[in-house]
Amino acid sequence: MELIGNLLLQAVQMLIVLALAPGLTGLVRKIKARLLRRRGASILQPYRDLARLMRKEVVLAENASWLFRVSPYTIFAATWVAAALVPTFAIGLHFSWTADLIAIVALLGSARFFLALAGMDVGTSFGGLGASREMMIGALAEPAMLLMVFTVALVAGSTELSNVVAFMESGEVGIRVSMGMALIALTIVALAENARIPVDNPATHLELTMVHEAMVLEYSGRHLAMIELAASLKLLLYMALIGCIFVPWGIAPATAGVGELVAGFAFFLAKLAVGGTLLAVFETSVAKMRVFRVPDFIGAALMLGLLGTLLLFVSRSL
Amino acid sequence: MSSYAFDISHLLAGGLVLVSFMMIYQDRMYALLNTFALQAVLLGLAVAWQAFTQEAPHLYATAAIALVFKALIVPWALHRVVARMGIQRTVETVTGVMPTMLAGMGLVALSILLMLQLTEAAENALAREDLAFALSVILLGMLMMVTRRNAVTQVVGFMSLENGLILAAAGAQGMPLVVEISVAFSVLIAMIVIGVFLFRIRERFDSVDTEALDAFRGERQ
Amino acid sequence: MIELSAAIALGLLALSLAAAAMRGLSAASAVVYGTSAAFSLALALAGVWTLATQAGAQGVHLPIGLPWIGAHLTLDALSAVFLMLLGVGGAAASVFAIGYGRHEHEPHRVLPFYPGFLGAMTMVVLAGDAFTFLLSWEVMSLLSWALVLTNHRAEETRAAGYLYLVMAGFGTMVLLLAFGLMAGPEGGYEFEAMRTVERSPALAVLVLALMMIGAGSKAGLLPLHVWLPAAHPAAPSHVSALMSGVMTKVALYGFIRVAFDLLGPVPWWMSVPVIVAGALTAVVGILFANIDGDGKRVLAYSTIENIGVIFAALGLALAFRANGMPALAALALTAGLIHAMNHMLFKSLLFMVAGAVLNATGRRDLDGLGGLIHRMPKTAVLALVGVTAISALPPLNGFVSEWLLFQAVLQSPKLSQPGLQFLVPAAGGLLALAAALAAAAFVRFYGVIFLGRARSDEARDAHEVDRWSLGAMAGLALLCVLAGILPGVLIDLVAPAVDLAVGAHLPMQANNNWFTLVPVAVVHSSYSGLLVMVFVVFSGGASAWLVHRLASRRLRRAPAWDCGFPNADPVTQYGAGSFSQPIRRVMAPVLAARETVVMPPPGDATPARHEVQTEDLAWARLYLPIIAAIDYATTRLNALQFLTIRRYLSLVFGSLVLLLTGLAIWN
Repeated sequence: MELIGNLLLQAVQMLIVLALAPGLTGLVRKIKARLLRRRGASILQPYRDLARLMRKEVVLAENASWLFRVSPYTIFAATWVAAALVPTFAIGLHFSWTADLIAIVALLGSARFFLALAGMDVGTSFGGLGASREMMIGALAEPAMLLMVFTVALVAGSTELSNVVAFMESGEVGIRVSMGMALIALTIVALAENARIPVDNPATHLELTMVHEAMVLEYSGRHLAMIELAASLKLLLYMALIGCIFVPWGIAPATAGVGELVAGFAFFLAKLAVGGTLLAVFETSVAKMRVFRVPDFIGAALMLGLLGTLLLFVSRSL
Repeated sequence: MSSYAFDISHLLAGGLVLVSFMMIYQDRMYALLNTFALQAVLLGLAVAWQAFTQEAPHLYATAAIALVFKALIVPWALHRVVARMGIQRTVETVTGVMPTMLAGMGLVALSILLMLQLTEAAENALAREDLAFALSVILLGMLMMVTRRNAVTQVVGFMSLENGLILAAAGAQGMPLVVEISVAFSVLIAMIVIGVFLFRIRERFDSVDTEALDAFRGERQ
Repeated sequence: MIELSAAIALGLLALSLAAAAMRGLSAASAVVYGTSAAFSLALALAGVWTLATQAGAQGVHLPIGLPWIGAHLTLDALSAVFLMLLGVGGAAASVFAIGYGRHEHEPHRVLPFYPGFLGAMTMVVLAGDAFTFLLSWEVMSLLSWALVLTNHRAEETRAAGYLYLVMAGFGTMVLLLAFGLMAGPEGGYEFEAMRTVERSPALAVLVLALMMIGAGSKAGLLPLHVWLPAAHPAAPSHVSALMSGVMTKVALYGFIRVAFDLLGPVPWWMSVPVIVAGALTAVVGILFANIDGDGKRVLAYSTIENIGVIFAALGLALAFRANGMPALAALALTAGLIHAMNHMLFKSLLFMVAGAVLNATGRRDLDGLGGLIHRMPKTAVLALVGVTAISALPPLNGFVSEWLLFQAVLQSPKLSQPGLQFLVPAAGGLLALAAALAAAAFVRFYGVIFLGRARSDEARDAHEVDRWSLGAMAGLALLCVLAGILPGVLIDLVAPAVDLAVGAHLPMQANNNWFTLVPVAVVHSSYSGLLVMVFVVFSGGASAWLVHRLASRRLRRAPAWDCGFPNADPVTQYGAGSFSQPIRRVMAPVLAARETVVMPPPGDATPARHEVQTEDLAWARLYLPIIAAIDYATTRLNALQFLTIRRYLSLVFGSLVLLLTGLAIWN
């Protein structure tokens, strides 16, 4: 019985992230539009877009291989599994020990790997351009992320997110400069990984500046829908990650009752709303960088991650 | 000392180091000056917090001096200098941002390593930590001076270095107010002198790139 | 088991002689490679058997070699791990070669050396005394040198062979010195005797430094790596697979044997150069893999990266051991050993892929390939497994060892030296950078070779390779997947070897739920490759099924859109050079990259040219000055060739007096 309950909870988590992801994207778009004094499309628009894309037929390039057709599902699956393993409203889910933070980062790396390969499959110049830039950005963002993970793991004593959250919630942390640096680093990485301004512009189709869009240029129909859904999931994942590590309040403990679970869910929604708003405000207030300024930007995250680790030793060795 | 007081002080001092890194990262003149002002504000807060926890009222004066001179007057003056010279867009670096940040990383590691070993005997954890951070800020300021060509940026580096000195002094719980004030004034005068020189340099060479001066060194004639 | 292994090693050496006698026989190739495969498989089984039964060290004494020593061969857990690695790699390469060998133009340039190469490597791993070790090491070097020179008509192959010979000679000389120092004045050249000798810390440090140089030069440690990207690709592909996959591991075996077994305690700070050299090797190696335009050279540079990763793990193990933390040292060493095993699997696989592509198209340059996924579908699938594994992506095996290594790095605050506490996270960052850059390098490798449109006629007319080659690649790919989802089996297998080296081993993993990896209780972290695999396959498959079922399954083929301006010329695709441009620019200082644009003068119709030059800084800063110094010295000493007899006599006389004086002062 308990097993069924646990499995059910895990399934709920998987469905919740899936259901909320397009909504978050819609929310960010809506707020951005309002900040620019436009009305903007409804928050539900991404759902409608997905439904429309799903129903449409796929127009496949003549020389596309099987890899091109399999990749959308692979990318989606890897991102979904990663998102399902980040604590959103509760910790200690049945399969939470399957993969720790390092494995989650690597799973997202798998998704990026296949996206870049798919971008190269048709053999157009834009696909290759997007793939090569994406891999450059990823090559810098991934170590920055791992250094951030080091900082967190050194504080919390584990790389497993459920343990991290439990520790952070316990209030033994205090105010740590290192954690602040880790937060900035993670935010920079999240911006870069999700193709947000100032690294990439999710709304552009201007050839010379785009990275993510260039890779998915040849996709259409249900394939495009899967990739868009995966992108939304990734945004949600990073929000949930920042939420669970740095503002862990409200997440239901492992042995929670229904009431706590519902409260945790409410907290999670609130966090997403706040995070989405902050992202929209940030994106509206900064300009996009040129591509070769991006390494400095992500490099700053790398340095912050390392600095956070170093400063941690100061407070540890006292 | 309560862990709460320690945490705040740790946060502020660590913030100073972080802002030093932000200054190295900046490549626009105004942004650099604003970051410098931010560092001065943080310094003021850090010193004021020290005054509060150490119950040393004269440190409040130090904090006030830092706030007034460094967070307001100096950035304002430099803003005007930059505006009048029309050099707001660029900060010429000798090497790229990334190598400089890497070097800065090494310097921070070095100062932490050094201070933790040297002050092993000291009782006060806070002072030890402040010293480590202060040395980092000083070294980062120096790094900024050697990796930038522009004279204005070098002035900012120098000021930032001095911020580190004040942090160290405040943490060490011993510097008399007189010394404090005289240091502050000497820095201000240095800044005025440098400012005057800046204009003189530019009149002569049409640039504030200090490497332009190299050709006119006495020994090369 | 030791008798069997020794017999196989000798059998392989004898097979070399037989192969030399079989010159001209049409079946020679199949016989030699088939026998080698069978022997290698037996070696692998012997290794696994020894590990699984946890048999203690077994020795055998052969009356060959130096009369008063003979040859001691021992098989303990550490040897068995590498015997298993060697056997699997050798068997796969030999099976691949059965098919590949049919296309060989001059089989007599490969066949006589190939089994002997395998045999010599086996002897290195089994050696129980310094003499046997060094002799086998040198035979291994020379035979691999001969194999590198298979295609000796190409100028660059000859240059690579020469460089390899010089570096191999230098490496052996350093190893000779190291073993000589370890044996001490008594001259106990048996490993058994070396273990008991008391050494001063200074001597231990010196020996370890020499081992780093000697074994590092064979494995490809920075800055002794320069020969590797030239020599490994020059050999036939199955030999490249052996050299990169197995021979570098034999070199690692030498280092591990000395550093962890024979040498005894080493001061903690000696782990610093090992960690630093490892991390830097990893990053620099993979950077060059990212920019090189030759498929096999890309793989060779990636070998350098992986060797760096393993060395970093070994350095970490040394640090933990010096601090008296055997459990954590076991974690780091396990990560290193598993990564060695994994690297053998996927690097051999990828070299075979490169060989298959070379066979099918005759080209190694990335910019002449493309679109092979349509022409060689089976190879493309197997290659995809290889590149996913080598890019350290879950749920395949490359990620498992990276994960273990990062877990070990995360334990660095437990070290008591502040220097190490700072260094290890920084090195961890470098390793993460190397892993991410590896993904970039292999997206480029796979994307340019297999995806897109064909860039040459050869690529357009390529054909699938033969069944033997496919079988060997499929076997390795299967092992990559298995090692990724069932890592616990491998970890349990190497546990006795880890125990032997650092005096502790990871808890047994076999009984964990779902084959989850729970390395050390204090880590509080776990990873289950099997479950991740199941989840990804299930959610991917389920979503695809649902979408096809509920939404739409219609599909129409049409010309590529390409933002509305499709260009039929395959040159407009991103190629190897263009793909690497962002990383090349970001990392320009490390690569010494210079870009120049040559613009024709106005009115001139010649196209503008964009040229990129990169340079290996180790070559420019270290080797060129040495070469120049040697050149200078030899030019000067050339005068000695043309002296009168009286002057020659006075030279001899002078040196005699000098020696006698030296003797007088010495006493």
